[in-house]
Amino acid sequence: MFAAARTFARALVALGAIGASGGAFAQSGEVNVYTYRETKLVQPLFDAFTKDTGIKVNIISASSGLEQRIKSEGERSPADVLLTVDIGRLEDAVHAGITQPIASPTLDKVIGAQYRDPEGHWAGISLRARVVYASKERVKQDSITYEELADPKWKGKICIRSGQHMYNNALIAAFIAKHGEAKAEQWLRGLKANLAQKPSGGDRETARDVAAGKCDLGIGNTYYWALMATSEAQKPWADATKVILPTFEGGGTHVNVSGVVLAKHAPNKANAVTLIEWLAGEKAQHIYADVNYEYPLRAGVQVNPIIAGYGTLTPDTLPLSKVAAAKKAAAALVDKVGFDN
Amino acid sequence: MHWTPAIATAVALALAALLALPLVSLLRIAAIGDAEIWPHLAAYVIPNAAVQTALLLAGVAAVTTIAGAGAAWLVTSFRFAGRDSLLWLLPLPLALPTYIAAYVYGDMLDAAGPVQSALRALFGWHSASEYWFPPVRSLPGAILIIGFVLYPYVYLAARAMFQTQCAIFIDAARTAGARPTRALRDIALPLARPALAVGVALALLETLNDIGATEYLGVQTLTLSVFTTWLNRGSLPGAAQIALAMLAIVAALIAFEAYGRRHQRYQSVQDGRVTAPVTLKGGRALLALLACLVPVAFGFLIPAGFLLREAVLRSLSGGIDPALLRHGLTTVTLAASATAVILLLGLAATLARRLAPGRLIAAGVSIATLGYAVPGAVLALGLLGPLVAIDDAINWLSLRLTGTSVGLMVAGSSAALVIAYSVRFLAIAIGFMRAGLARIPNEFDEVARSCGAGPVRLVGDLHLPLLRPALWGAALLVFVDCLKELPMTLLLRPLNTETLSTYVYQFASRGSFEDGALAALLIVAVGLLPVVRMVHLAEGSPNAADEAR
Repeated sequence: MFAAARTFARALVALGAIGASGGAFAQSGEVNVYTYRETKLVQPLFDAFTKDTGIKVNIISASSGLEQRIKSEGERSPADVLLTVDIGRLEDAVHAGITQPIASPTLDKVIGAQYRDPEGHWAGISLRARVVYASKERVKQDSITYEELADPKWKGKICIRSGQHMYNNALIAAFIAKHGEAKAEQWLRGLKANLAQKPSGGDRETARDVAAGKCDLGIGNTYYWALMATSEAQKPWADATKVILPTFEGGGTHVNVSGVVLAKHAPNKANAVTLIEWLAGEKAQHIYADVNYEYPLRAGVQVNPIIAGYGTLTPDTLPLSKVAAAKKAAAALVDKVGFDN
Repeated sequence: MHWTPAIATAVALALAALLALPLVSLLRIAAIGDAEIWPHLAAYVIPNAAVQTALLLAGVAAVTTIAGAGAAWLVTSFRFAGRDSLLWLLPLPLALPTYIAAYVYGDMLDAAGPVQSALRALFGWHSASEYWFPPVRSLPGAILIIGFVLYPYVYLAARAMFQTQCAIFIDAARTAGARPTRALRDIALPLARPALAVGVALALLETLNDIGATEYLGVQTLTLSVFTTWLNRGSLPGAAQIALAMLAIVAALIAFEAYGRRHQRYQSVQDGRVTAPVTLKGGRALLALLACLVPVAFGFLIPAGFLLREAVLRSLSGGIDPALLRHGLTTVTLAASATAVILLLGLAATLARRLAPGRLIAAGVSIATLGYAVPGAVLALGLLGPLVAIDDAINWLSLRLTGTSVGLMVAGSSAALVIAYSVRFLAIAIGFMRAGLARIPNEFDEVARSCGAGPVRLVGDLHLPLLRPALWGAALLVFVDCLKELPMTLLLRPLNTETLSTYVYQFASRGSFEDGALAALLIVAVGLLPVVRMVHLAEGSPNAADEAR
């Protein structure tokens, strides 16, 4: 048992080292970011930020539950900033009471009012649109409406991921906000009837299935297609498909934000605001555009040529807060029509 | 010695209290209630999710039993070309996280994957709409993928049983002229049923814990509905209520497992006998080899080969992320620390139960193992509150003693993960140790005591040495599980901490999991070492096997 005891002692020492390195996070030159965006995706941004400002960025990334974590941690929470996608999640954070107004005239100047919370509790940093991947060979039309996706002429020809995924949730919520629940239900049933297969996989699988001929239309986000087009192994799928920017009848394309909130008990508040303003600055917005293939929200920063190739984006004018407000109704509708079953 | 029962009771109850904290916290969340959500859940969500979950569990039980028990029986009863390699290969899927297997098969078998592309080229089909191919992202797909990754739980349990407990009876049957198949049906299977129940229960608990594979494969399980209820339907109380209701299913599984263990207490220290395998030749040998290769190939060789190919391709073109080494070290350190803590806790709990039998202690130990029954992601949510409560206590103390606050010493450090792993995986350790202790007859204790040995000597000189195989088994399985753990690690990890599992996940969630292939392979590689060690312990050295023959 002595060998085991020694191993245990060593492990404890090593663990102490990790623990200690996790100790001092409230120093002047740091900012602590809780993020739903993957580390790999945001690391280039933070590296550039540290280079510019000398402020070190510490990260925790997770797929869910960060609002609960910040809330549980309470006043001692090291969180300064929560970085996330989806308006529903941004508003969830606000409702959880873990945010404070960002109060930055700089930010207000460069980010349009429709992509900021009126009270300043969240700010959008970049945009993505929920679009249609269409087979180049089998789909001749170059424009489509979201409403048309329920047209029986597409029966057995559409692929999509789970209706409960937040990207689809927001699209369905937008439909509810625009047309009301009854019409949305009819539409969702029509869309369900048009599916080539049970909703599954992710946007990437959707694009693959369109490319291979499993379906003619797929619904996915703008940047996935660009990531495929720039990957050697995945380029054939991108080559076999085209991106159509759909619109609502009499409206624009459904967009969602990636954005930030400032934590209520942020220990490094000044650094956090510096980071948020930096993320809305020219350099970061170029990284969002050219590395992550998102639409930059800062006026004057060009979108990446691949994304520009989809055509001119006309974002729908429905306020994002209305989309967030219909989130629960959208989830309930997906259940009701058995969309994922 | 009169204080032994008191100390044992205190240890067991303290452990139970600590480990019950997340459940209590979940109960508190559930108790907030959400009357609005239940009619909706009952009408549209639960029925479908319950059916899908039941089908998934039944399917996985069938696949793991057939693959695990079948392979165990073949390699134990027969000698055929390739058998010695199979003894090493069969447990290897243990090292592969299920969701990674799901992504690999999704990629290989979907319409754009290499298999269907090759079929199209072969038959001159132009598009995937011109033929039918079984959809991999489906319930049957999930059953097969998860089943072939989890069968080693059944295999290991069945193999140990066939090898030791049944040997005498099978040999006797053979001497009496029974054919091997008859020996299997009439003797080996009924005798091994308890072991099979244990293995299947573990595999099913792992299945219930899964969220990555089932979500990707489009199976609407109850576990998934916990998440959608929390995140989309906006009802954390509703989600907690579903999770607690699921505990009922789990309680049934655990009862099933306990039913499996119920005879073990009557077994004595294992005899050294091993059934002498019958040598197979020609077609039969080939059939046996193929039958064993199927689970190994689907559960390990194919996915690991795919990862290896992707890792090599990507390392050649894009180089290797230098941070991987650091993440690997973090992963191993965390897993090793948690394993050490879990072994100590498990030992304390099982020995307390042994030294001071009583209902209170038994109940305490049972509560302490419930953590394994709650899906990791739910457990992590339940742990947030208690972890911070511990920190509040520490800070209160530190403020009173030193006048300064020390911050989140527990919730904000790796200690949170070690606690989380302990809560979740203690059941495995306790299970192994109970089985191990049950093989040491109580008479041994009585003799030792009558010779004047106190509890310290009894444990140190008798129990621990005899428990060594069980301790190793527990340590290895717990270590591998900690290595692979994802949902709790994601939510509870400290700032700037990345394990191999979380590193792979970020690629997977961005739809480019191949970019994490090298890290996935590292998990498999690190996980392999203990699995190989486990096989080594169970099978002995090749020479020893020869001697036994």
